[in-house]
Amino acid sequence: MPAGLLESLRAALPHVTGFIYPNELELQWSVLIVLYPYLTGLVAGAFILASLERVFNVAAVKPTYRLSLLTALAFLLIAPLPLQAHLGHPERSLEIFMTPNTSSAMAMFGFVYTWYLMAVLLMEIWLDYRREIVEWSRTEAFWPKRLFYKVLTFGVTNISPRSLEIDDKLGKAITVIGLPSAVLLHGYVGFIFGSLKANPWWSTPLMPVIFLFSAMASGIAGVLLIYMFLCRLRRVPIDMPCLDTVAKYLLTAIIVAFSLEMLETIQTAYEAKDHFDIITLLVEGKLFISMFIVQIAMGSLVPMLVLGLNQLFLFPERVRRACYAVSAGLSLIGILAMRWNVVMGGQLFSKSLRGFTTYKLELAGREGLLAAAVLTVLPLFVLAALLYLLPPWAHGGSARAAKSPSA
Amino acid sequence: MSRRQFLKSAALTALALAGRAVAAPLAAAEKFFHEPPWKRKKPYWAYAIDTTKCIGCARCVGACKTENDVPREPFYFRTWVERYVIRRSGETNVDSPNGGQDGYPPVRDPGEVSKSFFVPKLCNQCEHSPCVQVCPVGASYKTEDGVVMVDRKYCIGCRYCVQACPYGSRYFHPVLQVADKCTLCYHRIQKGLRPACVEVCPTGTRMFGDRSDPASAISKFMETERLMVLRPEMGTEPKVAYKGLDKEVR
Repeated sequence: MPAGLLESLRAALPHVTGFIYPNELELQWSVLIVLYPYLTGLVAGAFILASLERVFNVAAVKPTYRLSLLTALAFLLIAPLPLQAHLGHPERSLEIFMTPNTSSAMAMFGFVYTWYLMAVLLMEIWLDYRREIVEWSRTEAFWPKRLFYKVLTFGVTNISPRSLEIDDKLGKAITVIGLPSAVLLHGYVGFIFGSLKANPWWSTPLMPVIFLFSAMASGIAGVLLIYMFLCRLRRVPIDMPCLDTVAKYLLTAIIVAFSLEMLETIQTAYEAKDHFDIITLLVEGKLFISMFIVQIAMGSLVPMLVLGLNQLFLFPERVRRACYAVSAGLSLIGILAMRWNVVMGGQLFSKSLRGFTTYKLELAGREGLLAAAVLTVLPLFVLAALLYLLPPWAHGGSARAAKSPSA
Repeated sequence: MSRRQFLKSAALTALALAGRAVAAPLAAAEKFFHEPPWKRKKPYWAYAIDTTKCIGCARCVGACKTENDVPREPFYFRTWVERYVIRRSGETNVDSPNGGQDGYPPVRDPGEVSKSFFVPKLCNQCEHSPCVQVCPVGASYKTEDGVVMVDRKYCIGCRYCVQACPYGSRYFHPVLQVADKCTLCYHRIQKGLRPACVEVCPTGTRMFGDRSDPASAISKFMETERLMVLRPEMGTEPKVAYKGLDKEVR
């Protein structure tokens, strides 16, 4: 019995408005399930940004290529933790591999996750860094690091031009495979919600697509902010053509995501089915701040306006940097709010369409605000470790990497 | 025989065996799911509720909690009773204090009420069960005699099935940390007893029986009465049939 559960439920009972089924008082999916699609979204978005350079030959974003891959890896390593912490029996989670139910969308998570981690991200990072890993395994002064790099070579120490060329081709092929894998990984998260016909707030074929494009926006925004922060930290100039291009793609992703969300909203309002009344009360009441103010106004309209103005007029570099940083930050917050509105919004109203339960975000506990905050910040520490071990700005004269001067 | 021919023969043989291994259970499943319930040889449990008889005493709720060790708190129910009060103005009020066990508050304007009634609810043991569909590990399953169950030793506690149920019939057990739901008192019906809620109902609102037996009382009831199920538009094919269900009931 989780500590304080019954007390919090008793405290929530008087706050029920209208009628809810008696089993619906407790919200089943908590803030950790808000976090989970947010983190996997950052993974998918960061990887798609990396694919721009590798598959679609957008040369301007090369300085963010390796950083995107490492960011995706850092968030991917942490993404299952909210799910694991949320399970009633986390020690049984391996059953999802041993006896997956083929009719369940959730059952494929373990396989898609493992495939994406092992066959896509790790392979691509290894192939791109292989030359540096071999060199570092010979020249690194700090012996534990040298040992780490030596292990990481897996015995492949050939760095002749021919072998590097093969690496490049293999890496490109893996990125091509990785794109649908990233789409699958995050589209499936949207499908988990969109395929539940019991909940009218979730049940829509557009849900996987909306999740995917908002994931692209959050991933690109995340990498943009991290890139700017790292350049400032290392006191090296920011590559403005790269930043301008990333910001342009961020604007595109936000526009598409926002359009899809508004299309969904307008269609729901226009159809006005039997659930429309309760959903209107939901978005005008409990979700008003997080939806209209945070998600739509601050998270979508303001970034679109700011980034759009930067496309129309040529502002000084300092102004552009500030605009990009603010837009990316607001976009990240807006997409987190969107995840909250989807997950929590769908649970706050009763499936009888006659009332609302309530949710109080506790500070402590396994599913409290502190746990969520730790899980949100933890990927940044993983990223710091990855940047220490595999600095993306060290190019050591590699023929491919030498085309660009900075990280 | 050359190596190539041998390998070819071996592969073809393996394919044939695999095909047969897959085809047999598929054919059996196809036959099972398409055969009408009354033609099955094994019992196929059915449940019916006559809402015109329910007096809202909620003895069924207490009996269910006692029989199945459901937590006593007013947040966890395998079955509950809802009261509907419909006014002349068309306004509908629904309540179910502690599943109906705490009684119902007096109506403040009885002169304005056009009708009021009670509706017992429980798991519908759906034929096309969304909770079985979404379970990632197969802990939720449907038995051959039509009852949807949860394997408590296998459930990982992801709560996806609770979300997937359109009737609010599932809850998450706070102590066991697994999903839980009405099983029609499976341990009782296997011994020829009736579910606890049917056993204690003083007015015969709740009916339970073998739908595959044409002579059973429930088969006669279902064949002669005009019945409705909860939320038929969901396509779940609920097995709990209701007599006298008002359009306001969801």
